[in-house]
Amino acid sequence: MKRVGIPHGLFYFYYYPLWKSFFEDLGWEVVTSSPSSRRTIELGIDTAVDEACFPIKVYMGHIRELCRCRLDYLFVPRLVSIEERSYICPKFMGIPDMVRALVDDTPPLIDIVVDMSRNQKHFQREMNELGQKLGVKRRDWQRAYQRGLQELGFCRALTREGHTMAEAIQIWEGQPAPSLPFADLNIGLLGHGYALYDTAISMDMINRLRRLGSRVILPESLERHLVEAQAATVPKRVFWTLGRSMLGSALHLDQRVDVDGIIYVACFACGPDSIIGEIIERKIKNKPFMFLTIDEHTGEAGLLTRLEAFCDMLRRRRNSNCDSNLSSYG
Amino acid sequence: MIATFPHMGNMHIPLKALFKGLKLHAIEPPPVSKRTLDLGVKYSPEFACLPLKINVGNFIEAMEKGADTIVMGGGWGPCRFGYFAQVEREILKDLGFKFTMVVLEAPDSRLTDLLRQIKALGENVSIGEAYSALKFAWYKLKAVEVLEKSLESCLPRAFNKALVEKYYEQGLQSIDQAENRKALAAVTLEANRAIHAVNCSDEPVLKIGLVGEIYTILEPSTNCHITRHMGRINAEVTRSIYLSDWVNDHLLGGWVKKSNHHHILESSRPYLNYAVGGHGRETVGCSVDFARRGYDGIIQIGPLTCMPEIVAQSVLGRVSRELQIPCMTMYFDEHSGNAGVYTRLEAFVDMLARRKRLNVQTPYARQCPGQTVEAGV
Repeated sequence: MKRVGIPHGLFYFYYYPLWKSFFEDLGWEVVTSSPSSRRTIELGIDTAVDEACFPIKVYMGHIRELCRCRLDYLFVPRLVSIEERSYICPKFMGIPDMVRALVDDTPPLIDIVVDMSRNQKHFQREMNELGQKLGVKRRDWQRAYQRGLQELGFCRALTREGHTMAEAIQIWEGQPAPSLPFADLNIGLLGHGYALYDTAISMDMINRLRRLGSRVILPESLERHLVEAQAATVPKRVFWTLGRSMLGSALHLDQRVDVDGIIYVACFACGPDSIIGEIIERKIKNKPFMFLTIDEHTGEAGLLTRLEAFCDMLRRRRNSNCDSNLSSYG
Repeated sequence: MIATFPHMGNMHIPLKALFKGLKLHAIEPPPVSKRTLDLGVKYSPEFACLPLKINVGNFIEAMEKGADTIVMGGGWGPCRFGYFAQVEREILKDLGFKFTMVVLEAPDSRLTDLLRQIKALGENVSIGEAYSALKFAWYKLKAVEVLEKSLESCLPRAFNKALVEKYYEQGLQSIDQAENRKALAAVTLEANRAIHAVNCSDEPVLKIGLVGEIYTILEPSTNCHITRHMGRINAEVTRSIYLSDWVNDHLLGGWVKKSNHHHILESSRPYLNYAVGGHGRETVGCSVDFARRGYDGIIQIGPLTCMPEIVAQSVLGRVSRELQIPCMTMYFDEHSGNAGVYTRLEAFVDMLARRKRLNVQTPYARQCPGQTVEAGV
């Protein structure tokens, strides 16, 4: 039985169910690196170039960890585009090359190019080539891929119920669903999934907010068509998939009566965040808004203080029962 | 209507000619200064890249001079340049400026699209006039680059470096003022002769390839005048990007002049096998090309947090190891400590000189294509 490693970072949080069930249906064993820890972070910082963003560094840590696992293959897809006329980020487009250049002795990489920016044909061709290289029959991988999509759909349905994608993956793998504590606030939390859902990167921000008595609304839990409709209101279509989803979510949340405040979590040195964050900051007029930047610093107390202060402010604003006294931004 | 545009090196010279040919009143923003940078940094997003900040500074200063129409480039990603114009419009609008913004979109499109967009800018010109305006701008651009290349090759060799720089500046001014093709050719020839007439030494100089992001390479105020400084310390810098090449490859479909773009992209294999937006792939390809041409070292420059350059930087380490060529990466942001940059450059040059003196070979070991391709699947 062949062993394939899947790093526990970046688009793991969006696509793991698909990848895992795909490889398992082909009869392979899937090895995942352990969730990010201080050790992963240190390995990653050691490996990646200084200027790379934090999630990329952590991803390199996961790669280093998997390199020691005696694998036949390492799954490092080149995610160019997952929908028409949109991109993810230049760094994702160069990930396999960065891994080859920065990490010695990697197992052979499965560096399939996922480019759906024009149409699905390119992706189909890539999959055909991959199938040939791996010696898998076309019918087999197509069936495995279809089933993978179903599993992914199952997990995405769970996110509609207020779970994060990381929790959905855990539930999908058979662990009990975590109970959500009582909440009196509704906070929209925006950010790249690979930063938000990785508890080491975001310093467990989602659970911290929950413990502070707030329900967290994530972009994945919103209706797609509402988000897209709001994202279409800006003069130029945003060409980053995640950026557009965040802009649309922010504008949508801005108009919802039940939302008390919005937090945007950006990774330091993230290109799309620097642009989209700025536009969101300027467009949100009705809700209190906080822009948080995270990197590899370890000062959790500072983050916690800001979250607490934000929640306190939201409660005070609501209890004072007037909209005009406190400026909602700035 | 008074149009303005962002600065990028000497781009204002051909652009002014273009606007004049389109019978548009255009003013150039004041040269990039400390104030430009301060204004840009004050009003731009904190960790946006440097070009955006300087653009904002340029626009504010140009509008203070009376401009009311901004002409800006665009694109469709994945590099964030494609969204610059949108953010800049929001920022300037919130600052209370009244203006219209014209975005020339889709730089990878057909020439006809570009012509149409340029024609739309010029109100009362025919397609023919628009075409000849474009052509004259192209010749000005070529003339500017003739001088830039002369400066790069003569400065490191000349005894009297100040004289070379003086002739270069004067040459640019007369190119800027040239009214027609004939005058342009004459002043270019004259300036070029003057630069080449300065006494030069016969000592071999260090050859360094300058690769990286287009704006940082073309706009000297963002890179602490790296080419000139290297020239002053007797190192010859060859840039990987000239504006005419870029225009030729991306706007004119490569049919105006011979292009080595394809060769550069091929050179980037097996190090970087996919376009990563911006000039990431060109950076790697040019580095490999410089190494094969026997250059002594490579300097990569880019604005801090530039995404394509970070990918290229990650890969350059491997290029440096396998082709045995020293590479240094420098990122620029709004810091103004030129001395620190110069110290690093001088140290790099000293190191290369020593390496050369000790006769450490920089043999580009000729590899069969495919030999270094790591086992993918």
